[in-house]
Amino acid sequence: MVFIWFVDVTYLFFLFQNISPYFWSSLGIALCVGLSVVGAAWGIFITGSSLMGAAQRVPRITSKNLISIIFCEAVAIYGVIVAIILQTKVEAVKPRDDGSYSLAAANAGYAILGAGSVTGWANLACGLSVGIVGSSAALSDAANATLFVKILVVEIFASALGLFGVIIGIIMAGNANFVGA
Amino acid sequence: MSTAEMCLFNVKDGFLEGVVRGYKLGLLTAADYNNLSQCENLEDIKLYLTGTDYAQYVSNEAGPLHTTTLVECCTRKLVDDWEYLRQNASEPLGTFLDYCTFGHMIDNIVLIVTGTLHERDVQELLDKCNPLGVFDAIATLAVAQNMRDLYRLVLVDTPLAPYFSEHLTSEDLDEMNIEVLRNTLYKAYLDDFAGLCGRLGGATHQVMGDLLAFEADRRALNITLNSIGTELTRDDRRRLYANFGLLYPNGQNELALAEDFDQIRAAMEKCPPYQAIFSKLGAGESVMLDKVLYEEEAKRAMQTFEQQFHYGVFYSYMRLREQEIRNIMWIAECVAQGQKGRINDGIVPLF
Repeated sequence: MVFIWFVDVTYLFFLFQNISPYFWSSLGIALCVGLSVVGAAWGIFITGSSLMGAAQRVPRITSKNLISIIFCEAVAIYGVIVAIILQTKVEAVKPRDDGSYSLAAANAGYAILGAGSVTGWANLACGLSVGIVGSSAALSDAANATLFVKILVVEIFASALGLFGVIIGIIMAGNANFVGA
Repeated sequence: MSTAEMCLFNVKDGFLEGVVRGYKLGLLTAADYNNLSQCENLEDIKLYLTGTDYAQYVSNEAGPLHTTTLVECCTRKLVDDWEYLRQNASEPLGTFLDYCTFGHMIDNIVLIVTGTLHERDVQELLDKCNPLGVFDAIATLAVAQNMRDLYRLVLVDTPLAPYFSEHLTSEDLDEMNIEVLRNTLYKAYLDDFAGLCGRLGGATHQVMGDLLAFEADRRALNITLNSIGTELTRDDRRRLYANFGLLYPNGQNELALAEDFDQIRAAMEKCPPYQAIFSKLGAGESVMLDKVLYEEEAKRAMQTFEQQFHYGVFYSYMRLREQEIRNIMWIAECVAQGQKGRINDGIVPLF
């Protein structure tokens, strides 16, 4: 038995291994949607408040700058799509007699956790980033209409971050199969 | 500026930052000033101003135009803008906006007290007050006979109460002491404002720190210039300088000892940013100093708009609008008196 301080590490690892893979997969799906929505909401209010303030004097900016809001919203949609894909991977599997799950089931649980987390955190960062750049875009567009398209390029790069998370999430979850060998 | 600042500023203050940047877009440009200088009379100026952001304030002015009515209309726009910002502000922006106007409150108090000393009509004085700095009991200032009354009757209920120290209330109200009163209150106000910005932290602290340091140094310079040849002792003069700024503490020590413009200039030029300012003046010339200082202030105020997510833009907007109103007043006076050649001597173009 290996001890760190008063903690029995071997026993701790045994407990960890026996956490149901369904817990991990549910946690992964929750993180996926939850964090993506937090990122999208944060980005929208950052851009939206600046946009409305600047539009008091320069109303023409409202139509073009909705694109920043749309980029933020897309982040939430990525989260929902990945969550649905992950959820279809989860199947009911009976545990063995001693309570442990098969290797395939355990791996599937961890894979869905990882995929959901990756997507969630990436979308949170993406939403924040697009929001702040969108706020600056709205204020700059109000001052000088030629600046908008240039700042939009920066925003497109920022929104690519969310896509990275989605791609890696889907790849990770691709091999997850509860009913496997 | 930290990530937390960037992410959380817009929760409470994003809308108003957008609004104030919109106001700033409406400031007159160099082209506008050019066109205004071409005007033949005040009617032309009024006509031109109806094509700018001042439209709804100036277009209703009927009857004969004077420069004062024109300036009053423009000031009304600033006051309306500021009221909108103040009404919609949440804390701590509301406190910050209030602090921006305390300087005007101090000026109004001194105006009324001085006017009362010279037996002017209270209503006339109230009309001349800066509208950004009025408070409820302002008319009762005319009743005060000495400093103790002034404090006890009126000022103790205003936000300026903490700026009054015990040492001040024992003095009488006369010409000299009123100027000392003004500068003492202003020094306490600047120290307090700098403290507020320090507590707000982040980009606000950085940006406002620069602006307030320039303001403190500028007031130190003006106090020194105005007190040469008066009975103000060196120690008293030193006590009127604020406790921060580029000149604190060594430059202020030297300024306190200066007895004429050249010594002042020597003391100021030891500070690199102010050396650049003073090099624009010729030798021994103090007439252009005001204009050069206004230009520097306008330049610094414009620079605050380059950063987002801080409160400095509100303070800068107030200063820039005030400068614009001063410019309009100068142009209107030059046009009314037929001295259009002198227009460029007095205006400070912002863009």
